[in-house]
Amino acid sequence: MIRTVGLHKAFGPKTVLAGVDLAVGQGESLCVIGQSGTGKSILLKCILGLVAPDGGQVFWQDRPLDAATRPDFFRRFGMLFQGGALFDSLTVWQNVGFRLRQRMPDARARALAIEKLARVGLGPETADLMPAELSGGMAKRVGLARAIADDPEVIFFDEPTTGLDPIRARRINDLIRGIVTETGATAITITHDMDSVRAIGDRVALLQDGHIAWDGPVAGMDRAAPLAGFLGRS
Amino acid sequence: MTPIRLVGRIVLRIIGAVGAVTLFVGRGLFRLHPFHGRALAGQLVQIGWLSLPVVGLTALFTGAALALQIHSGGARFQASDVVPAIVAIGMVRELGPVLGGLMVAARVASSIAAEIGTMKVTEQIDALVTLSTDPMRWLVTPRLWAAVLTVPVLVAAGDIIGIMGGWLVGTRSLGFGSAAYLANSAAYLESWDVLSGLIKGAAFGLIVAASGCWWGMRSGRGAEGVGRATKSAVVAAAVGILAANFVLTGLFFE
Ligand SMILES: Nc1ncnc2c1ncn2[C@@H]1O[C@H](COP(=O)(O)OP(=O)(O)OP(=O)(O)O)[C@@H](O)[C@H]1O
Ligand SMILES: [Mg+2]
Repeated sequence: MIRTVGLHKAFGPKTVLAGVDLAVGQGESLCVIGQSGTGKSILLKCILGLVAPDGGQVFWQDRPLDAATRPDFFRRFGMLFQGGALFDSLTVWQNVGFRLRQRMPDARARALAIEKLARVGLGPETADLMPAELSGGMAKRVGLARAIADDPEVIFFDEPTTGLDPIRARRINDLIRGIVTETGATAITITHDMDSVRAIGDRVALLQDGHIAWDGPVAGMDRAAPLAGFLGRS
Repeated sequence: MTPIRLVGRIVLRIIGAVGAVTLFVGRGLFRLHPFHGRALAGQLVQIGWLSLPVVGLTALFTGAALALQIHSGGARFQASDVVPAIVAIGMVRELGPVLGGLMVAARVASSIAAEIGTMKVTEQIDALVTLSTDPMRWLVTPRLWAAVLTVPVLVAAGDIIGIMGGWLVGTRSLGFGSAAYLANSAAYLESWDVLSGLIKGAAFGLIVAASGCWWGMRSGRGAEGVGRATKSAVVAAAVGILAANFVLTGLFFE
């Protein structure tokens, strides 16, 4: 469904992506792991065109994902950014209902937004807070609610559980798994958390030195030598 | 590198930059669909209404000081009775728009650049794009129009307050009668004096908002990047206002 071919990105002399080939099928949940600073977030941004790649191509449903096809893609897309990326000038519910407000009255968008907040474990009392009043973990969950608010077909999660306590992290993993299986959405999740990978991934890919160093089913990752470091048996 | 090459490269750079900024402003001003009315309303308050105290105080003190200056300077050639007319013309044609514009530059260019720059470094601009919202239309267009529409109003308010500043000084300490002062202020003022100042105000508003948005959108990474963007925006806006003032004054009055 989404496929990258030879994605390349360098910042000055520093090559971050050196030819990344990655594919994720319809309804599949792919986890991308890799050390901090290897370019996982940049990979997502290159796929989305938020950062212009120096080389390579991205395909969506076998068509190039470019300026012409991106508006259509974004309408079916949701993303949780690594830092939440909530709009400071809008309240929590206005953030969550950002897309909904473009096509329905505020009262309905607000009701739906509160529903989505409940799914990520936040009560209706958070709806009227400003992002600056939230803790880091809360902001992350609001970002998650915003990503799933309009029932997207494709979802990217950039480190959904980083900065959450283990109990919340497990709940978020369950939530993501639930969304992906219920709606049949296609998901790419970046994570450092192997429990997350086990909980939500069908497949896992390791990004290392600008390449995909290993790519296979989650069930097989315990026997994969390149993943040893991540699994804590170095 | 030979000097000619260096000059050529610098000239090309400048032409490129001017082209890029022009394109940016053109897009920001004229790509109006979909139009974000709520965002415009917020910016009208932020840029216009909340700048009124600063611009008003600036005008008040400037008008008052101008009256004192012209009174003492004019005494050298027995012209101190034209104080009201010269204060009015000076405020309306030059000092109202320029000082008002500079104060708005300090207040607004910096805050626009800091706000948009922060949005850039915290991925909020990226988030807008993924939510099918064009950052130009959502962030830049409302700010440009709000500044173009409100700065002339601020200038008009500044003109009146500045003349009143002169009137205060004139009647309290220079011995003018209240009615005579006001009559003399109005007597020599032509409508083009006022109108030209308001047009300058619109141009300065555009310069302020455009440099805030431009530098904010180009902010580098981290707090340092935002700080640098803010500084550049204020400097560019202030220099831009003074340069544009020279050009416009030449166009209007030569
Ligand atoms: N705009 C930029 N300019 C220069 N270098 C950049 C830029 N954006 C990212 N980088 C560099 O690219 C590399 C990859 O960044 P990226 O954010 O993708 O890392 P990551 O794999 O997501 O790490 P983490 O797990 O810590 O989030 C980093 O070394 C970073 O310094
Ligand atoms: Mg990252």
